[in-house]
Amino acid sequence: MTDSRLTPYGSQTVGPFFDIGLSWLIERCPVDSGVAGAIEIRGRVLDGDGLPVPDAVLEFWSAENPAGSDSGAYPRGFRRAFTDAEGNFSVRVSRPSALPSEDGGIQAPHLLVLVFARGLLRHLISRVYFDDERASESDAVLAGIPAERRRTMIARRDEDNTFRWSVILQGPEETVFFAW
Amino acid sequence: MPTVSVEIPPGRQPEYNYPPYVSSIKRAPGMPLIVLPQTLTERTGPVFGQGLIQERDNDLTAQHSGDPLGERIFVHGRVLDEDGRPVRGALVEAWQANAAGRYRHKVDNHDAPLDPNFSGAGRTITGDDGRYWFKTIKPGAYPWGNHYNAWRPAHIHLSLFGAGILSRLVTQMYFPGDPLQPLDPIFNSIPDEAARMRLVSRFDINRTEPGYALAYEFDIVLRGRGETPFEEPR
Repeated sequence: MTDSRLTPYGSQTVGPFFDIGLSWLIERCPVDSGVAGAIEIRGRVLDGDGLPVPDAVLEFWSAENPAGSDSGAYPRGFRRAFTDAEGNFSVRVSRPSALPSEDGGIQAPHLLVLVFARGLLRHLISRVYFDDERASESDAVLAGIPAERRRTMIARRDEDNTFRWSVILQGPEETVFFAW
Repeated sequence: MPTVSVEIPPGRQPEYNYPPYVSSIKRAPGMPLIVLPQTLTERTGPVFGQGLIQERDNDLTAQHSGDPLGERIFVHGRVLDEDGRPVRGALVEAWQANAAGRYRHKVDNHDAPLDPNFSGAGRTITGDDGRYWFKTIKPGAYPWGNHYNAWRPAHIHLSLFGAGILSRLVTQMYFPGDPLQPLDPIFNSIPDEAARMRLVSRFDINRTEPGYALAYEFDIVLRGRGETPFEEPR
């Protein structure tokens, strides 16, 4: 790193009024409910007291086909969702595939998740894996997470064929978050 | 498992737990952050096409039948990476209060008038030179419940996507000479003074439109694609 490099600007909270500025992208997102392989992930965002966070933004990223677009100009692999008054969110995404890993192996199917909220001065980053993917058992990133915390990164399929995954911002059940 | 500092170098980003900003206390993670892997997932990111943007999306004064009240301004600048190169195709989303300090939002109960001619949101995508611009009105300061007699300095919320998901930034742009800035815990959450002051835009007489609108310049530096986190014990 040389002195001539510029410093990335500081983050500030998304605040409580973000849907004014951020909801348009959800509205302009192509509806893909009929697409084969689309899955739904539902969950809650909770704070350190176990209270719902009604003003959070979640963004989901999958690196598959990063250059392509869903339709028009909307990027494939990206979805945004807000929590409601009870802290619940729901998002439909294409089911991700396995990806190459840095050591020449494969990574289990996963999504990168960015979490923004009032009270978060910087966003948080996590990953979501899927409990019905056997590849998760040998995924190098998951293997690097302390065993007792891995389950916070695994979405569980319920009887409705919907995946359940929640974000716990703080406390003993805290979701694994990454530094970047 | 090593942990990493979230600072490159320290002080340029807020800590998650910053007690003067009361809402951070129960929402900040308490466990050590884990080193982010650098894989295809982290080195790529969404690319937004110009087709998503509509004609008046970057003119917040032209979204209704009449003109909004307030001081008309242009906000313009360049989106750059850490090497000073323009970031082309960066999606920039903006939202703000009206001139009276009121958001058009159901949970904003500040006793200040809504403006029927102002929604307070816009978006644009940078060109090959990394430039963006908005036409809007200068937002007002507003009170909030963080502490006794708390007021947010005038600001515009900005959300940016650069080259790769790790360049993602949500921040706030402030205005020069605002006496509320040194009293504001959100502004003050960035420890390093120079880094904090980079969030204050520059009055730009050269880009004003005489007889019509003032102008502020705000360049934005995003983190590069796939940077290695700076590791240090903590």
